[in-house]
Amino acid sequence: MTGQRLLDKVWDRHVVASPEGEPALLYIDLHLIHEVTSPQAFEGLDLAHREVRRPDLTLATMDHDVPTIGIDKPIEDPMAAEQIARLRENCERHNITLHALGSVEQGIVHVIGPQLGLTQPGMTVVCGDSHTSTHGAFGALAFGIGTSEVEHVLATQTLRQAKPAAMAVNVTGSLPPGCTAKDLALGIIRTLGTGGGAGSVIEYRGPAVSALSMEGRMTVCNMSIEGGARAGMIAPDDTTFAFLEGRKYAPRGAEWEGALDLWRSLATDAGAEFDHNITVDAAALRPAVTWGTNPAQSVSIDDVVPDPATLTSISQRQLAERALTYMDLKPGTAIRDIGVDTVFIGSCTNGRLEDLREAAEVVRGRQVHPSVRALVVPGSARVKAAAEAEGLDKHFINAGFEWRSAGCSMCLGMNGDILAPGERSASTSNRNFEGRQGPGGRTHLVSPAVAAATAVAGHFSAPGDL
Amino acid sequence: MAGVQQISGRAVALNRRDVDTDQIIPAAWLKLVGRTGFADGLFSAWRTDPDFVLNQPGARQAKILVSGGNFGCGSSREHAVWALQDFGFRAVVAPSFADIFRNNSINSGVVPARVTEESSARLFAALAANPLAETVVDVAARTVAIPAAGLTEPFELSDFARWQLLEGLDDIALTLRHGTSIEEYEADRPDWLPKVKAL
Repeated sequence: MTGQRLLDKVWDRHVVASPEGEPALLYIDLHLIHEVTSPQAFEGLDLAHREVRRPDLTLATMDHDVPTIGIDKPIEDPMAAEQIARLRENCERHNITLHALGSVEQGIVHVIGPQLGLTQPGMTVVCGDSHTSTHGAFGALAFGIGTSEVEHVLATQTLRQAKPAAMAVNVTGSLPPGCTAKDLALGIIRTLGTGGGAGSVIEYRGPAVSALSMEGRMTVCNMSIEGGARAGMIAPDDTTFAFLEGRKYAPRGAEWEGALDLWRSLATDAGAEFDHNITVDAAALRPAVTWGTNPAQSVSIDDVVPDPATLTSISQRQLAERALTYMDLKPGTAIRDIGVDTVFIGSCTNGRLEDLREAAEVVRGRQVHPSVRALVVPGSARVKAAAEAEGLDKHFINAGFEWRSAGCSMCLGMNGDILAPGERSASTSNRNFEGRQGPGGRTHLVSPAVAAATAVAGHFSAPGDL
Repeated sequence: MAGVQQISGRAVALNRRDVDTDQIIPAAWLKLVGRTGFADGLFSAWRTDPDFVLNQPGARQAKILVSGGNFGCGSSREHAVWALQDFGFRAVVAPSFADIFRNNSINSGVVPARVTEESSARLFAALAANPLAETVVDVAARTVAIPAAGLTEPFELSDFARWQLLEGLDDIALTLRHGTSIEEYEADRPDWLPKVKAL
């Protein structure tokens, strides 16, 4: 190899030990925790009489099963209330900072890390949540872990990890007007397949990636896991630095200058080779809509529901047939002819201010179709406040959207924001698995702009159709 | 965690790829704060279909799940492994596993046995012919066998993961052997790296 890749540079800086015959021990710079995947980890720590090694590198929030209405009242769901009480106790006992429900810093774990400036280039970031890949947008190595690993990080601030392969996703051309980072993410996963990235960390490269805002980069990196990748990364550049400068936890003064020198050195060296390469032409993309039950099953909004009979692989054909039965769709149906019952705008994929602006612009002065329930769930309390300061909430509310408080909400339906059996949604979230948004619910993944236009039209639509 | 040498018993064949963790254990079950009590949640949506493999006679006694590729994709929830364990499964045999699921599985003592597509096809065929056939997953030898069908297929598992599973090691205790290295590393970390709070 003639040079180092971004992954190598970040990896090498974090190797604590590499004992013979064992995976390397990697230091973790930031550990994010939430109520759902942490209680069993704390219980394990307590049973073994272990302490949290670095409470100062650990941050907790409540997001997965918090209510998004009536957040000033006691939580009605007794199990969610217990889980949240448990997080509060665990954080108090172990001296961990918690941004609890009602706090201005509360929000989806992957929205608040970047928002606070805690996620910085070259860091290692983990969380008991697969969408931790979001933080790779800053040139951090960030990945989701299970609860046993959460316990391991709490106790040791390290993880034992086999080094993943490095995959280049080269995005050529530029996104056409009307296409967003979400359409790019879905286009990449369509090319990669649901498991194509397994064992790899993706580095997103090329002019269409560099042209994305930090919010767009987070959307793309967020969905790396939907292609099976361990993580997604984008080399830090001036867009990254401009986003970080002045944020609460960003370095300042001479330390900022020193950090910039390091951050600028992280980009993959010219001539470095990747273990895997794929290329996606951004210019060929159109707004994407998923038709099936995994995020790789998407088409352009101009297209029709595909015919499984045209698929060559038997396993892919069986998957497609199953998916169409579950989704109650017939091959050949125009995507625009599919009506929806619910529109959900939010999640760690598309719940940031830029996403809400994009959707608000579409619904401004229009009305949600009478047969559609539409809700906006900002990714964090600060996103909500910023959106209100711009008057975005008025556009949504006047159009007939529900304007909720921050949380994961209908992305995974743990907090009671769910689809009824058989209901169909246009959702800006990340997974269209069977039952993901509620048992029997049918999810179509789209961008915020398409979600907003679909809410108005009552069937899949792009803003230009209105 | 107890070590696991060999698992023998009935296998259930779930011939489907991309089985995601939302199917293995739906989100409603993630509100439990312990590591047990998940058995009824395992594949609960698919189990509403009377023909689903877990509803077939004897499935309740099965110890080995044989499935398609990219098993355990999606959410990082370790609850998926705990649900398989609670139901009685001690090993999952598949042509590939999602990365997080594989780690979770090893950390909780469930064997993720990665076989080739060809081996997988032979195992599915043998189980289709004789669904009650005894199946043996041997961690030390890294093989899956169906003796009645004369099949012995190798599986892939790293030396380190094999050792972890065989010995049932406390992973944190293993890491704490490197306590001095961790301290040295911490002493060298740049001061400007973010700290959530001053201690």
